[in-house]
Amino acid sequence: MTSPAHNTPTHNTPSDMTALRDAVATGTTTAESICAGMLAVTAERNTEINAFHEVFAEHALEAARRVDSDARAGRPLPPLAGMPIAIKDNVATTLGRTTCSSRMLENYRSPFDATAVERLAHAGAVVMGKTNMDEFAMGSSGEHCKWGPVRNPWDSSRVPGGSSAGSAAAVAGGMCAAAIGSDTGGSIRQPASFCGIVGLKPTYGRISRWGLVAFGSSLDQIGPMTRSVRDAALMLDVMSGIDERDSTTADRPPTELAKTVERPIEGLRVGIPRQYMSDANDSEVNAAVNAAADAYRALGATIVSVELPLTDVGISTYYVIAPAEASSNLARYDGIRYGHRAQLQPGEDLFTLYARSRSEGFGPEVQRRIMLGTYMLSSGYYDAYYKRALQVRRRIKQEFDQAFTACDVLLGPTAPTPAFGFGANSDPLAMYLCDVYTVNTNIAGICGVSIPAGFAERNGKHLPIGVQLQANAFEEDRLLRAARMLERALAATTGAHAPKA
Amino acid sequence: MPDNPHSKTAALTTAQVAHVAKLARLEVAPGRIEEYRTQLAAVLGHIAQLDAVDLAGVEPMAHPFESHNRLAADIPVESLSIEAVLMNAPAVEGRFLAVPKVLAEGD
Repeated sequence: MTSPAHNTPTHNTPSDMTALRDAVATGTTTAESICAGMLAVTAERNTEINAFHEVFAEHALEAARRVDSDARAGRPLPPLAGMPIAIKDNVATTLGRTTCSSRMLENYRSPFDATAVERLAHAGAVVMGKTNMDEFAMGSSGEHCKWGPVRNPWDSSRVPGGSSAGSAAAVAGGMCAAAIGSDTGGSIRQPASFCGIVGLKPTYGRISRWGLVAFGSSLDQIGPMTRSVRDAALMLDVMSGIDERDSTTADRPPTELAKTVERPIEGLRVGIPRQYMSDANDSEVNAAVNAAADAYRALGATIVSVELPLTDVGISTYYVIAPAEASSNLARYDGIRYGHRAQLQPGEDLFTLYARSRSEGFGPEVQRRIMLGTYMLSSGYYDAYYKRALQVRRRIKQEFDQAFTACDVLLGPTAPTPAFGFGANSDPLAMYLCDVYTVNTNIAGICGVSIPAGFAERNGKHLPIGVQLQANAFEEDRLLRAARMLERALAATTGAHAPKA
Repeated sequence: MPDNPHSKTAALTTAQVAHVAKLARLEVAPGRIEEYRTQLAAVLGHIAQLDAVDLAGVEPMAHPFESHNRLAADIPVESLSIEAVLMNAPAVEGRFLAVPKVLAEGD
């Protein structure tokens, strides 16, 4: 197996999606050849990486040929014409199955497409396949997957991060032009960091959750996972905007960030939360954040130190709110209308049908979180856990609001470490703590993006490190323009670290 | 005096785990209750750090944005067909979901 370097352009190399799209539009290449190329890479690498659960090769090639025929006829092409996009398997598609990488939904076929998928298809994108994930999006490693663990294309002895594990690995491994993931507490940004790609968690309400299998309804967001910041802008433009089918979508027009993302922000103020630069982070992680700060200074930005004292209680807050919402959302899996149904022995009752179907259908991590949420919502404990966590949630949001009076964006690590090895965080609590820098974005409902910012060397292999930028709610324009400034500034230095093919 | 069972500092018991599993409609094998108890107790122990946050006068925040009910226009739209609804059912009889007999004799 070759090194993934030639397949992992982490910056605006000619092969980000925007460049591919332009090449198709100008007739430099064809959508079919792009699609065929990515299918070939997938055929070669997916057995090892396990990014995809299902690949729709024929469908993708046919759709690509239609784009080529439109291009030859001189018809105007939509913004994502012919671009092969991978869909996380908790996002409903009428093509193939929507399994959430769970035995519970192993044969589930959605009768409808998620709004995000519908909008991507309307923009000309080709749904290329469904990607593996931590079951029901509960995990930070890609190990808790009914269809086997996903591997990191940079070092297959390590995890790709999670829960959007397959989406991150597919983009990093050159198996698709871009992907969508979902982010409840870091599930887009952390695997993006581990795999050396861009991962955007939009503001809560930016993108419709219609067709996203519910985990934590007040935290979940769909978002793009891409090779460049401008690709993330392009995908957000396509997927964002109010949706009558999701009453929690924000009543705002779709973004138009692809138009502005190349424009640097004059007088940008970058805040670095003092609590983010912990000694507990790997040294290369802090070094990458410091190098990013230096790059911003060189661009004329002001770096300010800000305080987010509740950073450390984010995990505790999250592991009350998310399991509580999950225990309620996952109550729908009862073995009656859809999903796994257990076989009963003569004389067994309805309770047994529910309980056995659920215990056979859900993996251990999902059951753990359902029990945690059920316990904290149960009589006598509700105020002590759930109500208290919701109060802390407001304090966390207030802290962000305060920080954003002193700066435009926050800069820090996406994760405390680069990709870890399989089984390294087999203790559930240790795994939860990996999300310390990402959960508060969801708790406050603001936006955040991870972009590649360097590498750590482990056992002779280069492992990507991401840095995270966060901006206040509905400030994606500012967030992505600031991210693009950094991406451009870092392209030369990080490119020099890329392993040779 | 026994510990107040609702106190967060009281250790999680295997009986509580079994009770929670029942509330959550999960069939946990007796041999695995202790494993779950240990893991859940570790998480609950960590979460106890929330008790140290000063929350005087802070209102709970259930949702990122103070949003209002948004009503759809009162126009009938087509819903899923019966075929679409039933295509994922574990068992079907005609146009209906089939379930095992759930009432015992004499119920």
